[in-house]
Amino acid sequence: MTAFLFVPLIVGGSALLSWPLGRYLKWAMDPEPGQAGLFDRLFRVFGGSFVGRQQGWKQYALSLLAFNVILFLVSFTLLALQQRLPINPDGKSALEGSLIFNTVASFVTNTNLQHYSGEVHLSYFSQLTLMWLQFVAPAVGLAALAAVARGAAGRREMGNFFLDLQRATFLVMLPACLIVGFIFVLGGMPMTLDGAVKATTLEGIEQVISRGPVAAFVAVKQLGTNGGGFFGPNSTHPFENPSFFTNMVSTVSIVVIPMACVWMFGRIVRRMRHAAVVFCVMLALMSARIATAVHYESAPTRAFAGLAVEQTTGNLEGKELRFGSAAGPLWAVVTTSTSNGSVNAMHDSLNPMTGLMPMIGMWLNEDFGGVGVGFVNMFVYIVLGVFVAGMMVGRTPEYLGRRVESHEVKLAVLALFAHSLFILAPAALFAATDWGVMALHNVGSHGFSEILYEFSSASANNGSGFEGLGDNNVPWNVATGLVMLLARFIPIILPLGIAGSLAVKKSAAESAGSLGVDNLTFGIMLFATILFIGALTFFPVAILGPVAEHLQFMR
Amino acid sequence: MKSFVIGIRLAIVTIAIVVVSYTALLLAVAGAIAPQTAQGSLLKNAEGIIVGSSLLAQKFTRPEYFWPRPSAVDYNASATGGSNKSPTSGDLTDRAAKTVAEYGATREKPLPAELAAASGGGMDPHITEAGALYQAARVAQARGAALAEVEALILKQSFASGGVFAPGRLVNVLELNLALDALKK
Repeated sequence: MTAFLFVPLIVGGSALLSWPLGRYLKWAMDPEPGQAGLFDRLFRVFGGSFVGRQQGWKQYALSLLAFNVILFLVSFTLLALQQRLPINPDGKSALEGSLIFNTVASFVTNTNLQHYSGEVHLSYFSQLTLMWLQFVAPAVGLAALAAVARGAAGRREMGNFFLDLQRATFLVMLPACLIVGFIFVLGGMPMTLDGAVKATTLEGIEQVISRGPVAAFVAVKQLGTNGGGFFGPNSTHPFENPSFFTNMVSTVSIVVIPMACVWMFGRIVRRMRHAAVVFCVMLALMSARIATAVHYESAPTRAFAGLAVEQTTGNLEGKELRFGSAAGPLWAVVTTSTSNGSVNAMHDSLNPMTGLMPMIGMWLNEDFGGVGVGFVNMFVYIVLGVFVAGMMVGRTPEYLGRRVESHEVKLAVLALFAHSLFILAPAALFAATDWGVMALHNVGSHGFSEILYEFSSASANNGSGFEGLGDNNVPWNVATGLVMLLARFIPIILPLGIAGSLAVKKSAAESAGSLGVDNLTFGIMLFATILFIGALTFFPVAILGPVAEHLQFMR
Repeated sequence: MKSFVIGIRLAIVTIAIVVVSYTALLLAVAGAIAPQTAQGSLLKNAEGIIVGSSLLAQKFTRPEYFWPRPSAVDYNASATGGSNKSPTSGDLTDRAAKTVAEYGATREKPLPAELAAASGGGMDPHITEAGALYQAARVAQARGAALAEVEALILKQSFASGGVFAPGRLVNVLELNLALDALKK
């Protein structure tokens, strides 16, 4: 039983750690006047005087987009020239065009879906290029949240994107990665620029061992809700996750910044009770999925039923022994709750109902969601929840003292609709055509799950996969690449618009007649809004995929 | 337009700091405090030849060695991966049936589950203590060693990964096999 105690300890420990971190995030991202003058001056040196200028939501969004265009172009060029660039000790050759497009779209959007396999396809130079994106992509998300929070707090001037970006990169991501990277070095991860090494096994066979600057890469992979692995099988690979200890540190690293983002929002809008209510809703949603996943995954795999194999242990296919029995399903839920997408067990080989839990995480995509963007997604649900609650009791819906009207609700619905559309429409298209059918690794309802999972992962900017899917080809690379780009920027820009529109409204003093957003009633309302929207949208595909597989085989 | 110019400036600044400086710093730290693991936890034999990594499984098929968990990539440490097969897939059952036959497992003496299940990266260096004890008789017989001696070695090498949270004890297969070879001499 102690093996399962590990689960509440990790989740509870992360929640506790998120509190002081949230205080730090507020200090770093939205300092009070005069608080962080030194850093702001430094960032003005890096970025020029423009960095000191306040932006409205539209300019903020345009700067954000412009920066991402540059990220895309620079990294595309560097990846396309891989075979001509240095730090390539294993002589990796050129990459195919659609794969470059997919990979760059994936890392710019903080998705880190990988249709390549790190140790097979990429030079160290390319790996480090992608590591760069793993630093700045979450910083973009954190900047967006800071701006949304300022708007929600009623500040017309929503900050400066280039200042926020530097604060997030240099004051949040960099120190966090140095600490965790140091721990990972101590934990036994490789950290070298030397190429692969040849070993002669005890039975005299040659074994070529790929390695690289793994510790540096994995630290930012986990902390930035990136999830792009250095090696193909991600954190199941012993070099990316050598021990129980590194697995524990990794799991906490995945979830702690998204959790802290909630407190940061609360501090910026100066409504900590509201933040606490939202935090509890998120924690409840995530915990329910963790409990379900751990339960279903403790059942032995059906594949060995009837064979002369011990039936007392849980499903071990695709799992590593050193992490213990509950670590796989715990990580599977945490990594999809947060749009991280790294894995420490192969999701394709999870028991069917366990495999549904990561999908639900990606469908909801807000508890706790990606760095910054997770709370931005939750903001959309909050606006909608407030609106529905207001309609139900016949009062003018208000959020933080500002009226939520049709304009804001239209944008919110559009953001939610975009996410579900980007999952369901391409999944339907690929399931109906050879593009999808020919790529399947497993047949029947599990095959449908593979397609569904891939587009859920792309649209949620998650990056995990049912990795059996043969997705490194032009249709999959292009389709998921486009989904990732659209599903990244639409749900950032629309909430910026909502916040911008709220910010310019007149603030009304809250009275006994206002709907409070910092009590249990609101918590339940928000919980129900998320559940109903999620269930109404995704129930049919959940039935067609994992539920059908479960009912067919597991009973 | 202004945004693009600043964007390019910041792209350069961020590359210089979070890629070049950050990587260089961690490389230096790793080289100073953990040079062995930083190079991939490589193990060498008495002649100084690299025989593998203590973090990675390698292929063992001879009866005198302990065998690791199945690998979907045949223990290829430069193209790792899992089977990605669903538990409901017949392929997984067929593969496990072959493994069961190789071990000669029977219903009375069923195979420990991890010996039939491929790991996530195909490189899991461990098996359970039970999985090693299960193979002890075969190894002892093939080596002409006393079963008690082999079993004692397993118990000596096994450890609880995760301390109190560990569901059971594990053994590193390569290290166990190296210890076996050392025993012989």
